[in-house]
Amino acid sequence: MSLRGLSTEEVFERATAGERRALGRVLTFVERAGEAADIVTDLSHPLGGSAHIVGITGAPGAGKSTLTGQLTRLLPERGVRPAVLAVDPSSPLTGGAILGDRIRMDDVAGDDVFIRSVATRGHAGGLALSIPGGVRAFDAAGYDPVIIETVGVGQVEVDVVGAADTTVVVVNPGWGDAVQANKAGLMEVADIFVINKADRPGAADSRRDLDLMLDLSHVTGQESRTGYRPPIIMTTATDGTGADELWDAIVAHRVHLETTGELAVRRAARHHYEVTHRLEQLVADGIAIALAEDEGAALLADVAAKRISPADAARVIATRILR
Amino acid sequence: MSNQHTDTDTGAKVRIVLAKLGLDGHDRGIKIVARILRDAGMEVIYLGLRQTTDSIVAAAEEEDADAIGLSMHNAGHLTLAPAMIEALRTADMDIPLIVGGIVPDMDVETLTDAGVAAVLGPGAPAEEVVAAVTQAVANSS
Amino acid sequence: METMVTGPAHDDSPSTNEARDQWQAAYDSSRLRDVPFETMSGVPLEPVHGAEPYPGQYPYTRGLFPAGYRSRLWTMRMFAGFGTAEDTNARFKELLRNGGTGLSTAFDMPTLMGRDSDSSWALGEVGHCGVAIDTVSDMRDLFAGIDLAKVSTSMTINGPAAILMAMYVAVAEETGVARADLAGTIQNDILKEYQAQKEYIYPPRPSMRIITDMVKFTTAEMPRWHPISISGYHIREAGSTAAQELAFTLANGFAYVEAALAAGENIDEFGRRLSFFFNSHSDFFEEIGKFRAARRIWARWMKERYGATDERAMMCRFHTQTAGVSLTAQQPEINIARVATQALAAAMGGTQSLHTDGFDEAMALPTEKAARIALRTQQIVAHETGVAAVADPLGGAPFVEWMTDEMERQAEEIFEHLEDLGNGSMLEGVYEAVENGYFVGEIADSAYRFEREVNAGRRIIVGVNAFAEGAEDDVQNLLRIGHETEDYQLKRLITVKQDRNDERVAAALARVTADAEDSNTNLMPGLIEAVTASATEEEIVMAMESVFGTYVERAIV
Repeated sequence: MSLRGLSTEEVFERATAGERRALGRVLTFVERAGEAADIVTDLSHPLGGSAHIVGITGAPGAGKSTLTGQLTRLLPERGVRPAVLAVDPSSPLTGGAILGDRIRMDDVAGDDVFIRSVATRGHAGGLALSIPGGVRAFDAAGYDPVIIETVGVGQVEVDVVGAADTTVVVVNPGWGDAVQANKAGLMEVADIFVINKADRPGAADSRRDLDLMLDLSHVTGQESRTGYRPPIIMTTATDGTGADELWDAIVAHRVHLETTGELAVRRAARHHYEVTHRLEQLVADGIAIALAEDEGAALLADVAAKRISPADAARVIATRILR
Repeated sequence: MSNQHTDTDTGAKVRIVLAKLGLDGHDRGIKIVARILRDAGMEVIYLGLRQTTDSIVAAAEEEDADAIGLSMHNAGHLTLAPAMIEALRTADMDIPLIVGGIVPDMDVETLTDAGVAAVLGPGAPAEEVVAAVTQAVANSS
Repeated sequence: METMVTGPAHDDSPSTNEARDQWQAAYDSSRLRDVPFETMSGVPLEPVHGAEPYPGQYPYTRGLFPAGYRSRLWTMRMFAGFGTAEDTNARFKELLRNGGTGLSTAFDMPTLMGRDSDSSWALGEVGHCGVAIDTVSDMRDLFAGIDLAKVSTSMTINGPAAILMAMYVAVAEETGVARADLAGTIQNDILKEYQAQKEYIYPPRPSMRIITDMVKFTTAEMPRWHPISISGYHIREAGSTAAQELAFTLANGFAYVEAALAAGENIDEFGRRLSFFFNSHSDFFEEIGKFRAARRIWARWMKERYGATDERAMMCRFHTQTAGVSLTAQQPEINIARVATQALAAAMGGTQSLHTDGFDEAMALPTEKAARIALRTQQIVAHETGVAAVADPLGGAPFVEWMTDEMERQAEEIFEHLEDLGNGSMLEGVYEAVENGYFVGEIADSAYRFEREVNAGRRIIVGVNAFAEGAEDDVQNLLRIGHETEDYQLKRLITVKQDRNDERVAAALARVTADAEDSNTNLMPGLIEAVTASATEEEIVMAMESVFGTYVERAIV
């Protein structure tokens, strides 16, 4: 299954025909951005749209990987082919990363499961393109659902949540201050709550706390808009307890999204975000080039000499770029 | 107009799968190598203990790995390293295999003859580890 | 301040020191070895110098026994095991002939992990780092011709420990030795597996159940058997600091104590049959401080926290092994010097038993010659250096006392953290810390830090990053285990399976599974029946795995 000498299109075709290594290569194209990634985008976009995209987020140690592993174990038995993007942060200092989430998700099911580790690679909004790109590639290759598993931390979380149809937030018993959770915005993004390690003391209390928070947010939150209240699923990921219920809740949420038309709304928002982001990248690149060119440098010199104002300089360059 | 990101690099990162085959549980060395390679800017897909040649090949395919690093401490290297090479050949995966850990000097040639790209001794310094991986990946692309 | 009593034993001035008198009385009633206790030059030596606590006195900082090594030298317990049971049996007999006084068994990887020699996981591993044991027939061969009533045997095995212990009992009884007469230790310390050695099978809580069953069984039927050897050796080998080795080990000990108490054991009954296993690494004084702190901490906690009243339950008895990880492949003969200093530290730290590594062990199991040199090294320390003539010879030295205090201080910080995690319970704290990766994370950090120091040349390893001249080809005569063991075991398994009674085996395995499901049933009798019926180790492991499940660790690098 050597991929030497194949064009991007050929690799993509093999990927959609079921060659795992080719799909792995396609995901690499996506990660690296650039021409190959755009080709993949163009080829995969028309083929996609059916896969259910599930984001699983939560604090480190909450049990996300283990829970995802339980899903990858049970879904093939239900005739479902899940793919996983397991996201971990890159070192801001060195740009490298240690990606260890897949250890707890042994893909024993062979062709029916595909697991890919993704590093954030450090740039602001860096996942904003590679995640949707990866999802499209999986979708085109016939995987459904696509699970994005990641630690919820700031920008990463935003990118992941933005990319998902259904967001699952995983917490543990004794998970403290509900106010903290509220501040972190978890209450708003969660479509499903999971209390993992439900065999621990405090699980029932945590559930009660969460219910209370949901009652409060009923006043301001999504429930009033959509009539949907996030269910709370109790799981013990280490032995699989609750994994079935979690999947049922995910499916139920998907149904809700479709019947209310909310799915289309979310996806439209995602397309808007992706196109916006791509535009921003294009423009940013253009700006950098323009300022580095002779004419741009000359304009900057004019600003320094007070021959023109910064606003003038920007208008001149903008006309050039946006043409 | 280029589509390349001009802030931090999105460029070609080396992605390497690190694993231990079989039952051997000595993971002090492989964890240190993982950090060393991360510090050198690589992406380490850490599979850890109790892997089989099948699970490693599957991961290498899914992760589109540029190389595989195996750590061995139980005198099994003469059996396990060739088994890994064979599994990669069967899967038509032409990526380099680097072996580290307890490998007596007298066995290094046997391993390289069998197709292992590089052998790193116990406690090999960081520079040597990074160079071995970088070189092996460069040689195979 | 402490009085420095350095005069001859029968000083004329009246002693106002009650502790000293008590010690003297205890010493006077100790049986001593019949050797002169004087220097090489004939200078007579006091049994101890310095102040309380005297050896044999709570909290045992200065040693467990009033006469120190004057009554008994440490056991020279050389770890052995490779190839087939017959091969190891020969090595055992050799070591006993050469003056070794206890047997210590190393098992191969498949055996350690609960797999048979014909398992796909066993490929390339059978008989390599220890002896291959698949059924009771192998155990029989292992101890053939050795009177189990006369030796003390240590078995270094954890995950499937209960099964191996059952085999040992079955073999002993076949040869007419009652289980109550069996002396020895089984490592059986599963907590450190999750932290360091990684030879676990089941998750932590079911594993703890197996251990408490073994504890209850041995309390009732094998009182001379130490059911757990709480180990720091592997934690250190994995890269921890000395203080972490000390703290994690003792914390595991506290966890086992709490588990045993919860299972209805009596603190004194149980406590006096626990033993420990430490590393002896290269920093001489740090190690001695560590050993002394271990005794002091254990005694205090057992008495004050867990209510022990029997002295023996407060005593931190320990076996020591010199640090395997310190051995270099470069210029291997110099490892003999390393092992010698590490053995000396262990002796001056008061170990009860000692294994010294072979100089060629950086690359392979030791050859016979290397193992013999290692044993001779201990014998030199014991008989030529004079350190065995005076108990806790460094006690009272300001530096050593400070080091002891410092080790204790660092350990107490770690205990506090664990206790916090467990809301007051060390057992729960340890479970939680296993789960959240605290132990493996700390160990990985320490290991990485050390590696960086060596890499940068700030920490010298002779022959590796300094003084490398003389690094030629490595030891030519390495011990190589060929495929003969694997072939032999495969044939053996076939024969055993043919000869045994299938119905009896099936019934025995069903019983093991049923027993596993019922936490009120002790697993041991069922296991003894299963091994006697010639069920294989893997079959029995699987019979419990179906109930207990398996454990997969998180990637904490």
